Amino acid sequence: MSVTTIAPPANPVERFLRTDRMPHIWCPGCGIGTTVNCFTRALIDAKIDLDHLAIVSGIGCSGRVAGYVRLDSFHTTHGRAIPFATGLKLANPKLQVVVYSGDGDLAAIGGNHLIHAARRNVDLKVICVNNLIYAMTGGQTAPTTPGQVVTSTNPYGTFDTSFNLPHLVEAAGAVYVARWTTYHVRQLSRAIAEIFQKPGFSFIEIISPCPTLYQRRNKMGDGLDTMKYYKEKSKVKNGAPTSEVGLDKQGEIIVGKFVDRARPDYRELMVNQMHESLGSRFIDPVAAECEEGEPQGCEEGLCS
Amino acid sequence: MNADPRGVLSGTHFLDGDHACCEGALAAGARFSAGYPITPSTEIVERFSSRIPTVGGTFIQMEDELAASIAIQGAVWGGAKAFTVTSGPGFSLMMEHIGYAVMTETPCVFIDVQRGGPSTGLPTLPAQSDMMQARWGSHGDYSLIALSPNSPQECFDLTITAFNLSERYRTPVMLMMDEVVGHMTEKVVIPEADKIEVEPRRHTKKSPAEFLPYEPAEDGVPEMVHAGEGFRFHVTGLTHDERGYPSMTPQTQDKLVRRLRSKIDGANRQIGLYEAEGLDDAEVVVVSYGITSRVAQRAIELARVRGIRVGKLRLITVWPFPEQLIRTLAKRVTAFVVPELNLGQVVLEIERSAGSHAHTISVPHAGGNVHRPEQILDAILEAAK
Ligand SMILES: Cc1ncc(C[n+]2csc(CCOP(=O)(O)OP(=O)(O)O)c2C)c(N)n1
Ligand code: SF4
Ligand SMILES: [Mg+2]
Repeated sequence: MSVTTIAPPANPVERFLRTDRMPHIWCPGCGIGTTVNCFTRALIDAKIDLDHLAIVSGIGCSGRVAGYVRLDSFHTTHGRAIPFATGLKLANPKLQVVVYSGDGDLAAIGGNHLIHAARRNVDLKVICVNNLIYAMTGGQTAPTTPGQVVTSTNPYGTFDTSFNLPHLVEAAGAVYVARWTTYHVRQLSRAIAEIFQKPGFSFIEIISPCPTLYQRRNKMGDGLDTMKYYKEKSKVKNGAPTSEVGLDKQGEIIVGKFVDRARPDYRELMVNQMHESLGSRFIDPVAAECEEGEPQGCEEGLCS
Repeated sequence: MNADPRGVLSGTHFLDGDHACCEGALAAGARFSAGYPITPSTEIVERFSSRIPTVGGTFIQMEDELAASIAIQGAVWGGAKAFTVTSGPGFSLMMEHIGYAVMTETPCVFIDVQRGGPSTGLPTLPAQSDMMQARWGSHGDYSLIALSPNSPQECFDLTITAFNLSERYRTPVMLMMDEVVGHMTEKVVIPEADKIEVEPRRHTKKSPAEFLPYEPAEDGVPEMVHAGEGFRFHVTGLTHDERGYPSMTPQTQDKLVRRLRSKIDGANRQIGLYEAEGLDDAEVVVVSYGITSRVAQRAIELARVRGIRVGKLRLITVWPFPEQLIRTLAKRVTAFVVPELNLGQVVLEIERSAGSHAHTISVPHAGGNVHRPEQILDAILEAAK
C-alpha cells in the first residue's frame, strides 16, 4: 500500500522570506506584514533580479523588515537607513536599493536625510510604513501623529502640527510620490513594482495600522476595524496636489499616485558634470571597476 | 597585494598633513569618502573631491556627520574601501556609527583632526583631547585601533596602515591627528605603487550555501561578502549569531562581545607600533604621541645634556594600549613623564599599567598651542630627583 502525501501549495512569497527566522515579532493585526506581502509580490511582478537588490532598514517595528526578507539586507541605526543606502548605491550603482522603514525613523530622526536624498535625487526606492506612531518604543508621538491622538507621551492628546509626508518629499525633489493604505494591496504592489522602473528618489507612504499602540489606545478598534476605516474613508485621487493630502485623526485618507516626474538622478548628474569639467580625464567608478575585471556593470549598460 | 597605481602619486612632495592623509587614503585603495566640512580637517576631503574623479571613485558631501559616518559603511558593503574625516563636534556626532562599524565588523577609517574642546572650543587650534573619546565614545564594550601620526610623512604612511588594519581585523580604525600635524607642511615621499603593501578585503571563497557571515576564522575575524553577490546575507547592529541573525540572549551577547574585543586586544603585538630610543638604560621615560612627541624630543635632548638618562617612547598605536610594554618598562625605570595636549587622558593608562612599579607624571595642557619644551623638561628633572 502506498501513501500519498499531498504537499500544501507553496506560498509564492515564501521564497522571499527568511522562514528560519519565523515566528516574527509583529503583533496580530499589525499592517507591516501586509506591506511585506505586497513588496514581495511586486518583486515577482516586476521580475526583479534578486541578486542585484539590497534592502536597508532603520530601527523600529517597520525597520525589522530587512531582517525577514531573504535578500542582501541591512538593519542599520535609527534614522540612518537613507544615508547608508546612499553610500551603498553610489559605491555599487548596479544594485537596486530599497529603503524600508517607519515614519519615525524616516521623518523624525532621519528627516534631514530624507529631504536631502530627495533633493539629490539619489536612486533609492523608499517605502515608509506610516503607522502614525513610534511603535517599537511603546507608542510615543511621532512627527506624523495627527492632532487629538492619545499617545504615551501626549496622554492628554497631541496638539502640534504633523508632517504631510507626500508634500514634504515632493517639495524636496522626489520624482515619484504615492500613498496607499494596507487595505489597497493591489495598488500598493503595483506602485512598488512601478518604482523599480523609475530611476531617482521614489517615495511610497503606506498608511498602516498599529492596533496595539495606536488604534486601541484611541478607541479605534483593532486591525480589522482599521481596515474598515481605510476602506470607507480612503479616496483615490491620482495626481492630487500633495498640499491637500494631510491626514487627521478620523477623516478622509487621500490615496493614489501624486507625483510621477522625470529628473536626472544624482549619479547621472555627477557623471555629466565630471565629463563636462574633466573631459577624458574623468574615470567613471563603474568603468574603473570593469577594468579590474568585473564586467557586470557593463551588462547593465552602466559604462558606455 | 600592491597598491593600485591609479591612486598613487609617487614622488617627493611638499605637503601638509591633511593633504598627505588624502594621498595615503588614495594609495591604500580608498575609492569612497563622505564628509561634512569642519576645521581643521576639511582639506583632506577637499583634496579627495578634486583627486577622486580622475582616479575612479566617489566623494559625497553629506548633510551632517551622522550621515557621513554611515554612508561610508554602506559603501564598504557595496564593495569599496571608504573613510570619513572630521574634527571635534563632528567626531561627537559620529560616535553611534563607530559602534555600528564595530558591531557589524565593517572595515573603515575615521580620521579625527583634533582641535580644542569641549563643544565648539578652539576650532582652529590644536588639542589631543579626543583620545579617550576615540577609545570609549560609542556605547557598549568594544576595542578598536587608533593611530597617531606626528608628521605629514606619517599622515601618509599611517593612513595606509589604518586602512590595512581595518581590513585585516574588520574594525573601524581611528587616525588621531591634531591641528598642528594636519596643517604643518613638510617633505612627503610617496613610493611607487609596487612598493606599497595594501591589505585586500577578507572576501570569502565559500559558496553562498557554505558561508556564515559572522563565523570567525582562527584569528577571530570573519570573512566578508558584498551586496549584489548572491549571498542574501543579513547585517544588523543588534546582537547576532554567526548567521548574522539577531539573537538577544546573554549567551550570544557574551560570545560576540568577547570576540569583538579579543580579536583586537589579542593582536596587540601585531598592531602595536611605537618608536623607542634610549630605553635600555633609561631612568625616566617620556611617553608621548602625535605633535607632542616633537616637543618632547627637544625636552629629552635638553635633559640628556644635563646628564639624565631619559628614554623616549612614542606611541604610534595608542589603542589598543601597549599595556605589556609599559608594564615591562615600569620594572626598570623610576618614572614615566607623559605630556599630552589634554588634561590627562592616555596618562591614565600608563598609570594603570605601571601600577606601583614606577611613578607617572602627567604634563597636562588644555590645548590651543603646544607645550614649551621647558614644561616637559621640568617634569623630567622632577622625575629624576
Ligand atoms: C538613536 C536612537 N534613538 C532612539 C532609539 C529608540 N527607538 C527605537 S525605534 C524608535 C521609533 C520607531 O518609530 P518608527 O520609525 O515609526 O517605527 P515603528 O516602530 O512605528 O514601525 C525609537 C525612538 C534608537 N534605537 N536609537
Ligand atoms: S507594536 Fe504596532 S507596529 Fe509594532 S508590531 Fe505591534 S502592531 Fe505592529
Ligand atoms: Mg511608526
